[in-house]
Amino acid sequence: MTQHVSPQDLGIDPDPLLSVTGVGRFYGERIGCADVSFDLWPGEVLGIVGESGSGKSTLLRCLAGIDAPDAGEVLFRGSGQPLDIYSVAEQDRRRLMRTAWGIVHQNPRDGLRMDVSAGGNVGERLMDRGDRHYGKIRERALDWLTRVEIAENRIDDRPRQFSGGMQQRLQIARVLVSEPKLVFMDEPTGGLDVSVQARLLDLLRVLVRDLGLAAIIVTHDLAVARLLTDRLMVMKDGRVVEQGLTDQVLDDPHHAYTQLLTSAVLSV
Amino acid sequence: MTLHQIIPGEDTKPAYNYAYLDEQTKRMIRRALLKAVAVPGYQVPFGSREMPLARGWGTGGIQITAAIIGPDDVLKVIDQGADDTTNAVSIRRFFERTADAKTSEATDEATIIQTRHRIPEAPLKAGQIMVYQVPQPEPLRKLEPRETETRKMHAWAEYGLMQVKLYENIARFGEVTTTYDYPVDVNGRYVMAPSPIPKFDNPKMHMSPSLQLFGAGREKRIYAVPPYTSVRSLDFEDHPFRIQSWNEPCGLCGATDSYLDEVITDDRGGRMFVCSDSHHCETRRADGHRGAMLADASALHLVDDKQAKDKVSKS
Repeated sequence: MTQHVSPQDLGIDPDPLLSVTGVGRFYGERIGCADVSFDLWPGEVLGIVGESGSGKSTLLRCLAGIDAPDAGEVLFRGSGQPLDIYSVAEQDRRRLMRTAWGIVHQNPRDGLRMDVSAGGNVGERLMDRGDRHYGKIRERALDWLTRVEIAENRIDDRPRQFSGGMQQRLQIARVLVSEPKLVFMDEPTGGLDVSVQARLLDLLRVLVRDLGLAAIIVTHDLAVARLLTDRLMVMKDGRVVEQGLTDQVLDDPHHAYTQLLTSAVLSV
Repeated sequence: MTLHQIIPGEDTKPAYNYAYLDEQTKRMIRRALLKAVAVPGYQVPFGSREMPLARGWGTGGIQITAAIIGPDDVLKVIDQGADDTTNAVSIRRFFERTADAKTSEATDEATIIQTRHRIPEAPLKAGQIMVYQVPQPEPLRKLEPRETETRKMHAWAEYGLMQVKLYENIARFGEVTTTYDYPVDVNGRYVMAPSPIPKFDNPKMHMSPSLQLFGAGREKRIYAVPPYTSVRSLDFEDHPFRIQSWNEPCGLCGATDSYLDEVITDDRGGRMFVCSDSHHCETRRADGHRGAMLADASALHLVDDKQAKDKVSKS
């Protein structure tokens, strides 16, 4: 006998944090991404996988408020009523982007201010929201640098003096310091060597679990998806071909393309 | 003879329109000024004209002065606080010749004070107009190079980035090291570049009874601070805004409350600090204030020491 359990009984927020319906973006005749719909609940980590050019990053840019989609809507439920992020004023969307969500770019140069010290980079979001106490800002910055395993004595160094892995960790600290509800990550481990990747993934997993963040992670690396995500969406030619629980999709792929993708992973 | 007047007996037009600019240009600038006064601290674009002066030498200030000056005005021009520097002398003569303007070095006599780098030490009065020459009107420019982006940041008062700049100063040097063009918040709304005046002068802008107009000729922007408007220098709660201070008084007039320039007097390490506001210093000397190095400077004919001369002529 199955027992019906309502989400409220489990203490789960019944409303999705992000509702995406029919999102599409077109470059003239070509499709960037088309007809993408899904819901994301608080604390859930969604992975988007697919080969290069399958529309993963295009979709992420639409969801994160960077590029307006040509079709569909993106509803964000930050506090109270769901908000269509492309129908609100640009001012409010920018405020959401600065406070309620964060974007971790594939290339740290896109997400960091390269000529501002690490502490300034982390503190910027605090100052954006109106913090004006130097000592407290610095304290928070130090705390976050420690959490992403950057030595305290590097706080006044500039990101260009950092290694690629450190830059990526700094970018994560900069985003998470404002305690966003939702984080978008575009290939967070791209361009890093395997051992650094492993440490970064470990760190991300701990942070995401500890903070109860909802996250959307775009990656072409199935190992990353397996490690970090609860749910997986497989994209090909701008469309979602399969979605479901991560283990389900990876261990029992239904769509021919997903089967190809999972069988293509090298096992050493 | 001035260049804008018709030469009697000759059937020719004057060489220049009154105050050099044509009337339509002056109207355009006045419209921009009205808008700037209506929205304190907001940068109003205007059609900057070529002036007989190199860009960067005060073309913005000189255009504003040309648009507001009239035959009844008394013009004072200062450059680095001094009335007798090349640029100040040239601009004064320009308006003497094209606008029939009366000029003065006395702060309290002037109705229009065009300035670069300083606000006079003597308090300004209602009815006086300060005209600032501005090289870079956009306080956010060094932090955000895109004009489209800085306009949005101003429109929505997203000024966190400005604070990041101050944070960087403190993190690196232990204090805010920006000493001139120190960003201010005008009327609780717009962040504004006060032109390259020392931060020493920032408090003088706050609730000033005079009208303050800012012109950037090359960047084609005009902005303004109306009389009695709040002007607050940006800072942190635990690192409040401070102005510069000096350990010694002015060497010539003994003033302890004015902005001092360091002057090298010989090649053996000799130096003195003197008021940068030359008129302020002269007025104080005329009132009998004497600094420690006045006699020496007078002996070298660097300054005119009237009291010393009087003594010599009496004896």
